[in-house]
Amino acid sequence: MTPPILAVRNLRKSYSVSVGAFAAASHHATAVENVSFDLERGETLGIVGESGCGKTTLARMLMRLIEPDSGEIDYRGENFLAAKGSNLRTLRRGIQMVFQDPAGSLDPRMPVAAIVGEPLAIHEPQLSRTEARARIIETLAAVGMEADALTRYPHEFSGGQKQRVGIARALILRPEIVIGDEPVSALDVSVGAQILELLAKLQRDLNLTYILISHSLPVVAQLATRVAVMRKGSFVEIGPATEVLTNPIDPYAKSLLAAVPEIPA
Amino acid sequence: MNALLDVRGLTVELPTERGWIRPVNDVTFTLAPGETLGIVGESGSGKTMLVLALMGLTPPGARRTGEAWLYPRSSNGNRSGTDNSVQRSTRRTDLTVANSEQIRAIRGREIAMIFQEPMTALNPVMRVGAQIEEAITVHEARVSAAEAHRLAVAALERASVPEPALRARQYPHQLSGGLRQRAMIAMALAAGPRILIADEPTTALDVTVQKQILELLVNLQRDLGLAMIFITHDLGVVAQVAARVAVMYAGRIVEEGPVQEILRDPRHPYTVGLLRAAPRLERGKVTPIPGTVPSLNALPPGCAFAPRCEFRRTECDERVPDLRRVNAEHTARCVLVAAEGALST
Repeated sequence: MTPPILAVRNLRKSYSVSVGAFAAASHHATAVENVSFDLERGETLGIVGESGCGKTTLARMLMRLIEPDSGEIDYRGENFLAAKGSNLRTLRRGIQMVFQDPAGSLDPRMPVAAIVGEPLAIHEPQLSRTEARARIIETLAAVGMEADALTRYPHEFSGGQKQRVGIARALILRPEIVIGDEPVSALDVSVGAQILELLAKLQRDLNLTYILISHSLPVVAQLATRVAVMRKGSFVEIGPATEVLTNPIDPYAKSLLAAVPEIPA
Repeated sequence: MNALLDVRGLTVELPTERGWIRPVNDVTFTLAPGETLGIVGESGSGKTMLVLALMGLTPPGARRTGEAWLYPRSSNGNRSGTDNSVQRSTRRTDLTVANSEQIRAIRGREIAMIFQEPMTALNPVMRVGAQIEEAITVHEARVSAAEAHRLAVAALERASVPEPALRARQYPHQLSGGLRQRAMIAMALAAGPRILIADEPTTALDVTVQKQILELLVNLQRDLGLAMIFITHDLGVVAQVAARVAVMYAGRIVEEGPVQEILRDPRHPYTVGLLRAAPRLERGKVTPIPGTVPSLNALPPGCAFAPRCEFRRTECDERVPDLRRVNAEHTARCVLVAAEGALST
């Protein structure tokens, strides 16, 4: 058996919270508690949970945007949490993120060429202008956008197109793992479906491994091969999508499934 | 006739830099007492502007045309729990031409509204109870302060707020999202309206809380005999609360009829597309609608959905199709109706 692309062990993160504006004492609120999982190459792990369950904090730790209090992340067989300098930069290229709010995550003053090309400028400065431009055009084409988008600004695009730009920015470094944090939650149903279809196509074409974070079980159901249900910072259940989404064992996972307003068949 | 609200050809026009647009275009529907009408549409479909027009809340500079008749309470059909010290109108009112005094008498008292985000609808620096008392006393000035407070606590209790007396003394930020939504429902119902307009009331909530709020609304509606207009983008939600649904696209109602029938046998290609695009718990069942919603500044001359429609014909581009009758209760604004059998889903 091939080793997992990412191995996460006992990840933990807590924040100190002061009680009331003038309180001297503070206590610790645990955002993520004892989370462990293996991510297999090519799979899609869906992580579902309600607001405040810690799913976004977990995603940010996997990106090393925030440092965990304790635990281990093993990426490509290396200790990701101990990586420094050029080694960290190399590892980081392999894990990219797509955010919920395409409007908020794109700089309104930058044209699309600069937004999508910025990771290249940082990670591959040796590329010539022509080479960089070709990569940007190629990546935009992969997300279904024409080259005429290059000189345009985020406000000129619809929500769905902005999300395509966000996906292009995540893909331009040719990552192995893409973490989507509520990637269709801000979009209309018909447009969200376009983005879900695009994510599925990109995964096949580019052999990507996904972590898909969402509050919505039906959204996760579209892409996930495995599903983890998160509550109060911990995984209460993890298993094959077909089992967790039809016959969960954990009582909370059951109640979450029962609350989904299903369209009658 | 037995309508509470009779909307005919309602159109809202707004001025923009590139000319007038019509976010609400020739909308006709009726609402019977005790009935729930779901209005489904994506952003820009005009569903929110439609209900704002009914509440007299259109933006400055807007033009409203058409009619929106609110019918008076029947003399023996008064089920309101609050007293009847204020004389209510016995004549029907056209909401599109009502003056501000008439609209103030109707808002809260006849038609009340709840919104997606309770935090923006509640006053953050005013205790929850005081806000509900205000909703009562604005219509019934003779109610004493003590009586208003009692009614406010009762309103919270009716909205299933635990420890209503305690919650009445708290501020909105001290309440969870679900409790805030309950407080807003209590406030909306405090003056005993006959129509409740709910604009995406559960969209910002977690699914387990959403379920509780939907159950509360369905129960309140049944117990109080409320008529409800429920706006949502979620076809699963509309199936839980409404008996009848109107689907809006680019300002127009494109399909209307019984919820179960429309979900099972949709006749407008946009409704078909929405149903196919909605994620369900099974994998791989999602089919997007190609293209995007047209800009209201640049609507096609014919059917607004034609550019995205797989069934498009030449006549679709010539003029806007009429609402055609599928059966006695079901209409669709599509040339395919009656011309062919059902569109397959």
